[in-house]
Amino acid sequence: MVGRAGEPVGLGPDRRAAARGRRGDRLFHGAAATAGVLVVLIVVLITVFLVVHAVPALLHDQANFLTSRSWDVSVPMSFGILQLLWTTVATSVLALAIALPFSVGIALFLTHYAPPWLSRPAAVLIDLLAAVPSIVYGLWGAYIVAPKFAPIQDGIQHLLGWIPLFGGVSAISGGTTMLLVGIVLAIMVLPIMTAINREVLAKAPAAQQEAALAIGATKWEMVRTAVLPYGRAGIISGAMLGLGRALGETIAVMFILSALPQGSAWTWSLFNGGETFASKIASDAAELTPGLGTGAYIAAGLVLFLLTFVVNAVARLIIDGKKDFSE
Amino acid sequence: MSKRVDVSDLHVYYGDFKAVEDVTMTIAPRSVTAFIGPSGCGKSTFLRTLNRMHEVTPGGRVEGTVTLDSEDLYAPGVDPVAVRRTIGMVFQRPNPFPTMSIRNNVLAGLRLNGVKEKATLDETMERSLRAANLWEEVKDRLGKPGVSLSGGQQQRLCIARAIAVEPQVLLMDEPCSALDPISTLAIEDLIGRLKADYTVVVVTHNMQQAARVSDSTAFFNLAATGKPGRLVEMNDTATIFSTPSQRVTEDYISGRFG
Ligand SMILES: Nc1ncnc2c1ncn2[C@@H]1O[C@H](COP(=O)(O)OP(=O)(O)OP(=O)(O)O)[C@@H](O)[C@H]1O
Ligand SMILES: [Mg+2]
Repeated sequence: MVGRAGEPVGLGPDRRAAARGRRGDRLFHGAAATAGVLVVLIVVLITVFLVVHAVPALLHDQANFLTSRSWDVSVPMSFGILQLLWTTVATSVLALAIALPFSVGIALFLTHYAPPWLSRPAAVLIDLLAAVPSIVYGLWGAYIVAPKFAPIQDGIQHLLGWIPLFGGVSAISGGTTMLLVGIVLAIMVLPIMTAINREVLAKAPAAQQEAALAIGATKWEMVRTAVLPYGRAGIISGAMLGLGRALGETIAVMFILSALPQGSAWTWSLFNGGETFASKIASDAAELTPGLGTGAYIAAGLVLFLLTFVVNAVARLIIDGKKDFSE
Repeated sequence: MSKRVDVSDLHVYYGDFKAVEDVTMTIAPRSVTAFIGPSGCGKSTFLRTLNRMHEVTPGGRVEGTVTLDSEDLYAPGVDPVAVRRTIGMVFQRPNPFPTMSIRNNVLAGLRLNGVKEKATLDETMERSLRAANLWEEVKDRLGKPGVSLSGGQQQRLCIARAIAVEPQVLLMDEPCSALDPISTLAIEDLIGRLKADYTVVVVTHNMQQAARVSDSTAFFNLAATGKPGRLVEMNDTATIFSTPSQRVTEDYISGRFG
């Protein structure tokens, strides 16, 4: 491949080097191809594994898997994912709704408003937050925040109780509710989203920012016309990454969220307890034995897998749909 | 709709580094003034002090005064945003907003001012695009992204965007240096027509261009390497190009350095 300028490749003393170069190419090509195939293979195998174990359990399910709220996996099995799905999606979406404006705001501040002596240490600090293990967030949420959060929750309930999302739930007390989980999850996904947004917003081209200022934009108007639109695709990607992490978060949710009493009534309220897919699987894992019962959990895991997949696909669509105008 | 700019004893700094020293000049209304000089002598830096864009650069500051029809641009209490609305700017590389259509690019400034009436917006858009000599080429695709145009068309779009807010003065920093000869001629032609309504200042490295489009010319130079740039002389373009009073000016114009 590589010959000295003016020297025909593969002639003279360079021939051996050239041969070595070609071998290197082949090796690299082989390694890359193997890795690529391996990744696809692993995903396929995981999917096959999930499906193979889920199907027998689903066939024995006495209840409707999609619409039932009960979870009974001893034969005769009757289990459904409705409650799990709602708890998972509601807490994660709530986390995203809180984290998104904060992460964009912090990233904007760090990249366009703060002086360098402040923005660099602050960025490091936020990155450090990402390194805190989820168990710490779980303990902190359950034992430190929850008791203090309970009175605040009562206040919200008092003021906004007429909205179904904030209705009272008598069975759950002590603040260990979906609302608190959503808030803790928001804090957990904030660092990664902020880091991504920071990167994206810092790369907004200076030329367009100057263009905005030159037609008489204020700082904030400049940010709105020349920084935020530019960062849109990246912000969406970051949000989806955050949502994905929130959907799959296990240990913190398990620690904080109160379990629902048997046969409790359906409610839209965020002051309810419950379990997410991940926390349900984790908390019951100790009692799992190979067989149909385990299959039910694997089916639930499969739904979580699909959910994350759909979230990512939707994000792709949004980003690609905007491509025309974001070159 | 065109005002006079007076600069006196202006010093321009980047932090502790003095980039331009002691400039005093008058820029006449309804005329084209060209800034010429070797690379790094501070033409862009000085130009950007005229609409207070210089202070956007961290550490950027000035000493001295710049007045627009005897109104001090750097007086305390003067809002730089208002200054930039009055004194527009066109940059070296065309920089339309990539997320906006042609139409919205032209109207971006008006939208910032809160103008909402469709009739006003449509009228301004057409007038600005016509003034920028671009209307005929884009009138059938106003909804297309601004970046879908050619480089020369994008630069004229940027000029339309700048004049849509009806400035008094238009500053252009090497507006043709990223363009092909045909687009360059189109812009030069446009500059010639813009001076009927605006005070125009053009930075250029192209001597023929300065001679073709400008009424007066200011020659900047560095006193020595590492020293700040300064204004060597300023005069009618014809005089500068035929009988400059300084030897360096003649050397620069005749291509003996720079
Ligand atoms: N952002 C900045 N920070 C510090 N110094 C700068 C900055 N921009 C320019 N300078 C310095 O200021 C001086 C003048 O630069 P300027 O860009 O104004 O020159 P110019 O005459 O426009 O050159 P050119 O013809 O190449 O565009 C140079 O010494 C340059 O290094
Ligand atoms: Mg320059």
